[in-house]
Amino acid sequence: MKRIYVNEKWCLGCHLCEYYCAFANSGKDDMAKALKGVKINPRIRVEEGEKINFAVSCRHCEEPLCVKSCITGALTIKDGLISFNKDKCVGCYTCIMSCPYGCIMPDGSGHAVQKCELCTKNACGEPACVKGCPNQAIVFEER
Amino acid sequence: MSKIVIIGNSAAAVGCIEGIRSVDKASEIVVISDEQHHVYSRPLISYLLLGSTDRQRMKYRPDSFYADNMTDVMLGKTVVAIDPKAKNVKLKTGEVISYDKLLVATGSSPFIPPMKGLDKAKKCFTFMKLDDALALEKELTPKSRVLVIGAGLIGLKCVEGIADRVGSISVVDMADRILPSVLDKDGAQLVQSFIEKRGVKFYLNDSTAEISENKAVLKSGAEVDFDILVVAVGVRPNISLLKDIGADCGRAIKVNEKCQTSIEDIYAAGDCTESYDISADTNRVLALLPNAYMQGETAGVNMGGGEKVYDNAIPMNAMGMFGYHMITAGSYDGDVYTETDGMNYKKLFYKDNRLVGYIIIGDVERAGIYTSLIRQRTPLNEIDFELIKSKPQLMAFSAQRRAKELAQRH
Repeated sequence: MKRIYVNEKWCLGCHLCEYYCAFANSGKDDMAKALKGVKINPRIRVEEGEKINFAVSCRHCEEPLCVKSCITGALTIKDGLISFNKDKCVGCYTCIMSCPYGCIMPDGSGHAVQKCELCTKNACGEPACVKGCPNQAIVFEER
Repeated sequence: MSKIVIIGNSAAAVGCIEGIRSVDKASEIVVISDEQHHVYSRPLISYLLLGSTDRQRMKYRPDSFYADNMTDVMLGKTVVAIDPKAKNVKLKTGEVISYDKLLVATGSSPFIPPMKGLDKAKKCFTFMKLDDALALEKELTPKSRVLVIGAGLIGLKCVEGIADRVGSISVVDMADRILPSVLDKDGAQLVQSFIEKRGVKFYLNDSTAEISENKAVLKSGAEVDFDILVVAVGVRPNISLLKDIGADCGRAIKVNEKCQTSIEDIYAAGDCTESYDISADTNRVLALLPNAYMQGETAGVNMGGGEKVYDNAIPMNAMGMFGYHMITAGSYDGDVYTETDGMNYKKLFYKDNRLVGYIIIGDVERAGIYTSLIRQRTPLNEIDFELIKSKPQLMAFSAQRRAKELAQRH
C-alpha cells in the first residue's frame, strides 16, 4: 500500500502541507475562502527544530495501537488504511493516549478526534499535503 | 479444524475472534455470553446516558461482525462449569458444549461491600453493563437526588452521564481524593474543582455509616438525602470458573505472555486476568479495554495456530469529565518532572533511565509519544529528554530512529 513517507532533509518548514491538508478537508473548493482568517487544525503537523524540520501524519501502522485501543470501534483498518468513523467517536481520547507518533488529535469540536485518512474521503483523491509540498519532503509511495 | 469456545462477549472476546481469524479461517468459533446484547462497548454506557452515543452506535463491532467472522453466538447463556478433562463447558440450562481450545473472558463484576442499611435503599444500582445503565436511566428524573458511592473512573463517568438529567449529585469516597487509582493529589484537586463547578458535591475521606431509604449518614456525621443510590466502589475479577478447577489464580487469573492459563488449552484475557505491568515490574489487574483487546487478540492468534506474545502491558487511562481531559499511564515512581499552568497539569515520572509514568490533565495532545516511551522502555539517554519533557515530540529522537519511524513502513 502507498503511504506517506518523510524526507526530513528536504523539509523547509514552510507548513504548506498543513494548509493543503486543512483545505482538502474543509469541504470547500476555494483555498482562500476555506482558510482566510481560519485557525487551521490540520491532520499533518510540522515539527520545527534548529536545524531540521519534518511533517508528521498517521503512519497507517500494520499493527495499529489506535485501532486496538479504540473503545468504540470508530477506528478500523482495512487494506492497510486506518479509517475513522466520526459518527461512532465519543472523544474519549484513548487513541491519543495510544498513538506512538502523536498523529491523532482533537478535531476542534472537543467531542471527537481526527486523523489523516490519506485524502480518501475528500475530493482530493490522493494526499493533498504531498501534492502541495514544494520540495518533495513528503512523498506518497510504496516502500 | 478445531473448535474454539469463548466465554464472554466483550473486548477480549472480539480481540480473540479477530486474532483467530487473522491466522485461521477454518476453525469453528462459539461465543457464549450471559448478556442478551450484540457486542457493545462497556465504557460507553455513560456516554449513552449523556446522549453522545446510542444503542446502535455503541456496538463495538458492526451487526455483521459474527457472520463476517463465521462465529456462532449463544446469548443469554451462563456457563456454570468447565470440565478440562472432557474438554467441555456446562451451561446453566444443562447444555454441554465441547471445545478444543477455550478462552475465558468473563470480565469482572461490581464489588458491593457490606454497608449498613444498604438493603433499605429501594433504588440502588451498579454501573458496569448496558442493563445497569438502562435500569438506572428509567429512574432518572430532573428532580432526582443521586448519591454515588465511589469517586473512581466508573463512579465519575456515571456522574458525567447523568449530570444534566437529575437534580443533584453527591459523591462519597473513602480515599482522600477523586480518581485515586489514576491521579495524584494535586491533579485530583484540579479535576475535582472543575467537576464541583457543575454542582457536584464531594465527601472525601468519608464513607457511609448507615443507609436508610432516602438518606445516608456518613462516618463524618454528614447526612446526604438521596432518591437514587449508585454503588461504584470497585470491581472483582470473575475467576470462579477457573479457580474451581484448580487454575493458578492470584487476585485474578494468571496467564503467561501468550495468554495461556495454567490449564492446557485454556486461555484467559481481559478484566478477569492479571497482567504483568512492565512499568512497575509487578502483576496487576489492568481492567482496561485496550488491554482486554490486546490480550484477547494474543490469545486468539495462539489458539488459531499462530505465534504472538503480549509483553508490554501497562496501566493507562484516557478520561474526560465535562470536556476536561486527562490521560495517565504507567506507575508513579521515581523522579518527577512537574509543569502546571492554570488548567494544564503534567507530571512525568522517570527512574533508572526510563520514563515509567505520567499524568497529563488539560492539554493532552500527543500524549501517546510518552506512552510509547514507557511501553518500549526507551532509554532516556538515547533521546533528548529535556526537549521531550516540555512537549511530546519526535524531534527528541535521533535522526536514525526518526528515519526508521517516518521513512519506513511499519
